Amino acid sequence: MSGDRTTRSWASFPPHVISEIHRAADQGLYYIRGSGAWRAVPSFDDLVFLGASVSRYPLEGYRERCDTDVTIGARYASKPVELKIPITIAGMSFGALSANAKRALGLGASAMGTSTTTGDGGMTMEEREASQTLVYQVLPSRYGMDPDHLRIADAIEVVVGQGAKPGGGGMLLGQKVTERVAEMRTLPSGIDQRSACRHPDWTGPDDLTIKIQELREVTNWEKPVYVKVGATRTQYDVALAVKAGADAVVVDGMQGGTAATQEVFIEDVGIPTLPAVRLAVDALKELGVHREVQLIVSGGIRTGADVAKALALGADAVSIGMAALMALNCNAPLYLEDYEALGTHPGACNLCQTGRCPVGVTTQDPVLEARLDPEEGGRRVRNYLSTLTMECQTLARACGKSHVHNLEPEDLAALTVEAAAMARVPLAGTDWIPGRA
Amino acid sequence: MTVETIDLDAAGVRALNRRLQGRDGPVAGGHFIVTNAKGRHALAVGLTEAMDVRIRGHVGYYCAGMNREADVTVEGNAGTGVAENLMSGTVRVTGDTSQSAGASGRGGLLVIEGSASARCGITMKGIDIVVGGSIGHMSAFMAQAGRLVVCGDAGAYLGDSIYEAEIFVRGRVESLGADCVEKDMGERAADGLQTLLERAGVAADAREFRRYGSARQLYNFRVDNAAAY
Ligand SMILES: Cc1cc2nc3c(=O)[nH]c(=O)nc-3n(C[C@H](O)[C@H](O)[C@H](O)COP(=O)(O)O)c2cc1C
Ligand code: SF4
Repeated sequence: MSGDRTTRSWASFPPHVISEIHRAADQGLYYIRGSGAWRAVPSFDDLVFLGASVSRYPLEGYRERCDTDVTIGARYASKPVELKIPITIAGMSFGALSANAKRALGLGASAMGTSTTTGDGGMTMEEREASQTLVYQVLPSRYGMDPDHLRIADAIEVVVGQGAKPGGGGMLLGQKVTERVAEMRTLPSGIDQRSACRHPDWTGPDDLTIKIQELREVTNWEKPVYVKVGATRTQYDVALAVKAGADAVVVDGMQGGTAATQEVFIEDVGIPTLPAVRLAVDALKELGVHREVQLIVSGGIRTGADVAKALALGADAVSIGMAALMALNCNAPLYLEDYEALGTHPGACNLCQTGRCPVGVTTQDPVLEARLDPEEGGRRVRNYLSTLTMECQTLARACGKSHVHNLEPEDLAALTVEAAAMARVPLAGTDWIPGRA
Repeated sequence: MTVETIDLDAAGVRALNRRLQGRDGPVAGGHFIVTNAKGRHALAVGLTEAMDVRIRGHVGYYCAGMNREADVTVEGNAGTGVAENLMSGTVRVTGDTSQSAGASGRGGLLVIEGSASARCGITMKGIDIVVGGSIGHMSAFMAQAGRLVVCGDAGAYLGDSIYEAEIFVRGRVESLGADCVEKDMGERAADGLQTLLERAGVAADAREFRRYGSARQLYNFRVDNAAAY
C-alpha cells in the first residue's frame, strides 16, 4: 500500500530529482536537454470561455463568418506581412532541426497562408523556397548572418531572448554539428557549440533603436522588424522594444521549447505565458499602440483553445514550436526501439539535444532524417494548423465574434485563483479578480 | 572620373543609403563623397557593389555594416559596430573606433588607423581586421575565423573562448581570455601576415608580432573545464 511508512513518496525528493542528483554527481556538469518546462505552471488550461446564451448571442458555426487574418508590421514597414491565420511557426534552427523538418514546416505553413521563421544557424535555401512567408532571425550568435538573406526574407526578427532561457545563450551539442551545420556557422564540426547570450554590437534599448534603424536601412524600410523576448520583466521589455521601433513584439513564455538548454534554465527562469500576455498588452496599451504594434505570443500553445485564449487576452497572433514538431511525429509511438535506446519512450522524450531523434525531426543523421518525408510532414503541419484555426473560430463564434481578434478578456473566467490573478479575469462563479479591489 | 557628392545635411541618411545601394540608379564603379556625417548612424550600410565611398567626418553606429564589395573610408572616428557583419570589400577608418568594430564580420578587410575600443572583432567570422593602434578588453571574444592584427597593445581577456580565428599583437597583451594561447608564428603565418599588413597599408614587420589562437580545450563540455564556463 502506498503511503505507509516504508513506501510513501518523498515530496522534496521525487524520483526525477533523485536521479538528477545521481547524474550530477556522476558527470559534474549541468544537464542539457530539449523541449520546454515540464513542471506544471498556471496556463491557458486554467481559463474557460463564457459561451454566449441569452445575454449575448453566438454566431452560427460554418455559416456566419469568423475571420482569422492578421497584418503584421504596418507601423513602419512598407511591405507588412499578411497572414491568413493568426498562428505562425516559431524560429527553430536548421542544425537543431533536420532540413526535412524545416521544409515540412515551410510547406505546411505556406499551405495555410502563414509564416515560418529561420533560427540560430541562418537561412537555408530549402526553407526559403518552401516558405511563402519567411521571418529571418537576427540572433546574438549571428551564425550564418547574411545581408542577402535579410533582403530575401519577408520580415526580420531580432532575438533578444527565448522563454526557455531568458538571459541564456544558444547551445548545439557536437553530435549535431555536422559538416553542413558547421560550415553554415563557420565553426569546426563536432564541437559543442555555445553561442552568446548578448548581441555582439548592442546592449540596451538605445543601441537597439539604432540596430533596428540599420536593419531597416539595409532592407529599404520594407520589412517588418519583430523583437523577440523571453518572458520575465515583460511590461518593461515590451515597452522598450516598442520605443526602440519594433513593428511587432514576440513574447515567449517559460513553457517555450528549445532544442538544447540547461535544464535549470528551462524550469527555473522566466514567467509563464499566461501572465506574460497580460503584461505585454498592458505595455502596449500604456503606449497607445495595442493593435498597431502586433503582439505575438508563444510558449505552450497546443490547441485552438490556447490560441483563442491568447487572442482574447490581447495577442494578435501566436507562434508554435514544440506542438508543430509533434505534428511532425515528435513523441509519436513509432520506432519504439530507438526511443528505448535513448532511455525514454514516446510521450516522455525531450532528448532533442542528442541528435538521435527517433522520428527524424531534430537530427542531422541521414538515416533518421529520412524517416520524415517533407511532403507528408507538410501535409500534417497544414492539417494541424487547420485544426487549430477551426477550433479557435468555433470558440470565437460561440462568443459571438465575427473575427477572432474580437475575443476579449470578458469572454473568459478562471478556474484557479492563480490564473485569475495572472490573467486578470474573474474566478469562475465570482466577480473576483485577485489584486483588484 | 566623376565624383558624386552627397551632403547628409541636405539629403539625409535614407537618401544616402538608397543611392549607394543602387536603388536610384547604377552605382557600380562609382566614386562618392559624403559630407556632414556629423556622427549619424547606419551610414553606407548594406552596399552590394564595388564602389568608392569617402565619408568626411565622424560617423555613429554601424557605419558600413553588412557591406559587400564596396570600399568605404571614414575620414574621422567611428562609433560602435563599424563594418559589423562585413561580407567583402574594405572599410578604412582614419581615426579611432568605439566598441565592437568588425563584429561578426564574415569577410573583407577593416583597417583602423587609430585605436579600437572594447570587443574589437567580437564573434568575427572570416573578416581581417588591422588596427594601427591598440584595442580594448574582450576583443576577439568567441572569434570564429579571420585575422585580428594589432600594432599596439591589447586589453584584458583577449580572444576569450576563441574558435579558429587568429590574433597577432605587436605590443603588450594585458591578459589572454579562456582557451586563448600563444602559438608559434611559423613561416606561413608570418608571410600571410606580411601580405595582410601591406594590403592594409601599414608599415610593420610581421616578425615583430606574436600570434595567438585557440587551445581548443573548450570545444567540448567536460567537468575539467567547469571553472572556465
Ligand atoms: C527544436 C527547437 C529549436 C528552437 N530554436 C530556436 C532558435 O533558433 N531561435 C529562437 O529564437 N527560438 C528557438 N526556439 C524557440 C521557439 O522559437 C519558440 O520560442 C518556442 O518553441 C515556443 O514555445 P513552444 O515550443 O511551447 O511552442 C526553438 C525551439 C525548439 C523546440
Ligand atoms: S521525438 Fe525528437 S523532436 Fe521530439 S522530443 Fe524526442 S528528440 Fe526531440
